[in-house]
Amino acid sequence: MLQYLLTFVVLAQPASGPGAEAEKPATSEAQPADKAAGDKPAAGAAGETKPGDDKAAAPAAATGNPCDKNAPRPTNKPKKTLPPVGPRTDVQSENYWMPVANSDMAEHVDGLFIAILAISIFCFVGITIAVVYFAWKYRSRPGHRAPESSSHNDTLEITWTIIPSIVCVIIFLLGWKGFVDLNTPPKHAYEITIVAEKWKWSYKYPNGWVDENLHVPVGEPVRLIMRSKDVLHSFWVPSFRVKQDVIPNRYTKIWFEAKYPGVYRQYCAEYCGDRHSFMKSLVVVHPPGGFKRYMEEAEAALLDMPPVELGEYLYAARGCNQCHSVDGSAKTGPSWKGIFGETHATSAGQVKVDENYIRESILDPTAKVRTGFNAVMPTFKGQLKDEQIDGLITYIKCLK
Amino acid sequence: MATAATTTHSGSPGDPPEPSYLTVKRGFRNWIVTLDHKRIGVMYLIGITTSFLLGGVFALLVRTELFLPGSQLVNEQQYNQLFTLHGAVMVFLVIIPGLPAALGNFSLPIVLGAPDVAFPRLNLFSFYLWCTGAALLLLSLIINAADTGWTFYTPYSTTTGTAVVPAVGGAFVLGFSSIFTGLNFIVTIHKFKPKGMGWFQMPLNLWGIYSTALLQVLATPVLGITLLLLLVERIGRIGIFDPALGGDPVLFQHFFWFYSHPAVYIMILPAMAVMSDLITTFSHKHIFGYRFIAYSSIGLASLSFLVWGHHMFVSGQSRLAGMVFSALTFTVAIPSAIKVFNWVATLYKADIRLQTPMLYALAFILLFTIGGLTGVFLGALNVDVHLHDSYFVVAHFHYVMMGSALIAFLGALHYWWPKMFGRMFNERVGQVCAILIFIGFNTTFLPQFVLGSRGMARRYFDYDPEFTSFHQVSTVGAFLMGITLVVSFGNLVYSLFRGKRAPRNPWGGSTMEWQAPSPPPLYNFYAHEQPVLYPIYDYSDLYWDETEGGYVRRPGAKPEAEGYEP
Repeated sequence: MLQYLLTFVVLAQPASGPGAEAEKPATSEAQPADKAAGDKPAAGAAGETKPGDDKAAAPAAATGNPCDKNAPRPTNKPKKTLPPVGPRTDVQSENYWMPVANSDMAEHVDGLFIAILAISIFCFVGITIAVVYFAWKYRSRPGHRAPESSSHNDTLEITWTIIPSIVCVIIFLLGWKGFVDLNTPPKHAYEITIVAEKWKWSYKYPNGWVDENLHVPVGEPVRLIMRSKDVLHSFWVPSFRVKQDVIPNRYTKIWFEAKYPGVYRQYCAEYCGDRHSFMKSLVVVHPPGGFKRYMEEAEAALLDMPPVELGEYLYAARGCNQCHSVDGSAKTGPSWKGIFGETHATSAGQVKVDENYIRESILDPTAKVRTGFNAVMPTFKGQLKDEQIDGLITYIKCLK
Repeated sequence: MATAATTTHSGSPGDPPEPSYLTVKRGFRNWIVTLDHKRIGVMYLIGITTSFLLGGVFALLVRTELFLPGSQLVNEQQYNQLFTLHGAVMVFLVIIPGLPAALGNFSLPIVLGAPDVAFPRLNLFSFYLWCTGAALLLLSLIINAADTGWTFYTPYSTTTGTAVVPAVGGAFVLGFSSIFTGLNFIVTIHKFKPKGMGWFQMPLNLWGIYSTALLQVLATPVLGITLLLLLVERIGRIGIFDPALGGDPVLFQHFFWFYSHPAVYIMILPAMAVMSDLITTFSHKHIFGYRFIAYSSIGLASLSFLVWGHHMFVSGQSRLAGMVFSALTFTVAIPSAIKVFNWVATLYKADIRLQTPMLYALAFILLFTIGGLTGVFLGALNVDVHLHDSYFVVAHFHYVMMGSALIAFLGALHYWWPKMFGRMFNERVGQVCAILIFIGFNTTFLPQFVLGSRGMARRYFDYDPEFTSFHQVSTVGAFLMGITLVVSFGNLVYSLFRGKRAPRNPWGGSTMEWQAPSPPPLYNFYAHEQPVLYPIYDYSDLYWDETEGGYVRRPGAKPEAEGYEP
């Protein structure tokens, strides 16, 4: 369903190059059609089989066939777009070794990194000087013989065993402390669900919005609950110094709290096949207030979809597809295919499936449960807006 | 009398009383059924060198592709196949068998003063297993090369459409080759150790081969069963690792690294061991801290079984496991540090000859130090979270696997080359190559540390533009190294035809193989002059003899014990 988002979200994606923006309208229209062809009869075909639409087959789009997602929009109504994601702000870093550090935890990592680096350089330079100096001073030459020297010295051995051991213990403890912090999110962290699949990231927000970039507020802890649809992936944001493998059939979690607004790079770090290196997105850290505004705009953009598109989007985004199929096969709940207008036996007698029954089933699912199915559906009361329910009804209507 | 025979060298190198192992029975058919450990070693060497050049070509193709962002030479899938083949060939065909199977096979019995390994037939069987494994890897390359990375992580490896089965089958068979070689060497050291050579009179090379062999025997079966389970899942669709079939993908990583971490020590322990021998030989001075170096080999071998989880800090394993593995990982740093300090101390007040093998040995000390110190970054838990699966890791393990293990292989190859083929390579060319390889190596891999810490993920076909300049430096270094490697192999091959005849002891080595003729006869020592065991690493009686063109023992040097009598 993410393809639909392309219509709304115009992204500055360096990977796809500047030409990609121009291409997007084309792909966003082609892909829903492809998808529709796979899931159910193509939108156009569905329109033709509709008895009422026969006479208006060709100009149906112009007059507004509710099931035709390719229909051009009225020109007086501008398409709602979300603000474009600005250029990356993590390229220029003051730290030679590391990208911009955008959290307290990242600064802790950098501190330890630099400390180990200093110790390493000290050891390496010391050893190099010793090797070069000895190789020159004790080089073999006429008249030179190895002077008498001991071939073992227990004091020396114990010294260079103990000192590195102490250093290692200190480094271990510091690294461990940082690791514990990295894995201990605050209680009230804002939760975002991440779904990884070959080869894209989907960021799902509590309000049902699904984005292809990660939008987060500045200065608030954010917790990510991640799963994979296929193979192993790994979620990595260098600027936050966080990385966590994303695994099928298991949730992995990670959290961070961004200190500075900006746009930061996110990568897939676990090899996942052909387009592994293209499986990246951006993390947009919004300034105070900006995140709430973005979420509202996202919601508005959702509602601005043609109802059938909104319905199809919600069908996947809100998880209706877990129990209801659109191909006629029964899952936990009845299939939506061709259901509109039919009459079925329910726990409250025979009921015709119309707009009111669908609305009631969404808001009060146990009122009239279709015979042969259990009353297991949760209510969506207070979770879906009227426009969203309208969208679902339209979508079900169009599933012939 | 034995002492007299080995010190006076009555037979000049040009006039051997017995034909050398190279000429004793000529013809291809005699070579392929030979039970002679030296011939098997030479055949391994040919196979491994060929594989090394092949793996090197893959590496250069990868580096060429990465010279610029976007596609240059190949597409994404071909790139993934290239780095997979590079890794699999270099690890399974080159580095793991390189020092133990090729050079160890050649040197081990001679160093012991023995005529052969304990089980010559098993030795030949190991070699043919190696050939079979190599053929299977090649088969994968021909059908549709695997694109899983050399780690074969599930569920990608059980679902990808490429020829994973022959590649995994190849690694499986190569594992058995490794196990049998290890078993053979353990028995050989136990049974053929000459009278008078106690455990602490063994050359350090043997300590390394011994601890490596223990790892090969104990760890490799785990790889075998893991790869077998992978094949069962892929062919039989039985769920073990693939969650779609009810398996657990992280389990594969545990199994894999339970072998593959010890495998790192299968690669590095023999390298450290050979370097110990090279450093003392070219320093013309007793090794410093013999017991500590020997104990640290065994210490590393044991600890290497306890740290596999440090490859998995972000894999989803429990936090407690991460903590324990991090703590254990730091213990590995200590024996490695002890070795480095002892090598440097050996140089102190020595009489150092900067010949080709010694240049490789000094390069080894410096490169291994970098490889080891950067391991400390990766052992620290929260730093590893950032650096894991980045180019920092790529650079780190190349410093250990190539900068240390393969540089040691090159050093050891130059060290034993005169013994193997009875010819001296061009010293000047060898020295220049050693220095250029050192420079080329650092040019290739030092920038990758910065790339990694700045956020360049590994196994990336395409990358963000800010990484371009570092990739370009790295590619230039790789080509410098590649060209120099070809020249240095050319130098060795050229010496076979035009090289000066080698004396018995060109470097002043104190161990027993330098008492054998160069090249040795079939049973390593002439029947009439059995080797003599002198005190280990005692150089006081060795001096350069102009007429011999090599080092000889001062007549009357006191042997420690009578040599091994077959």
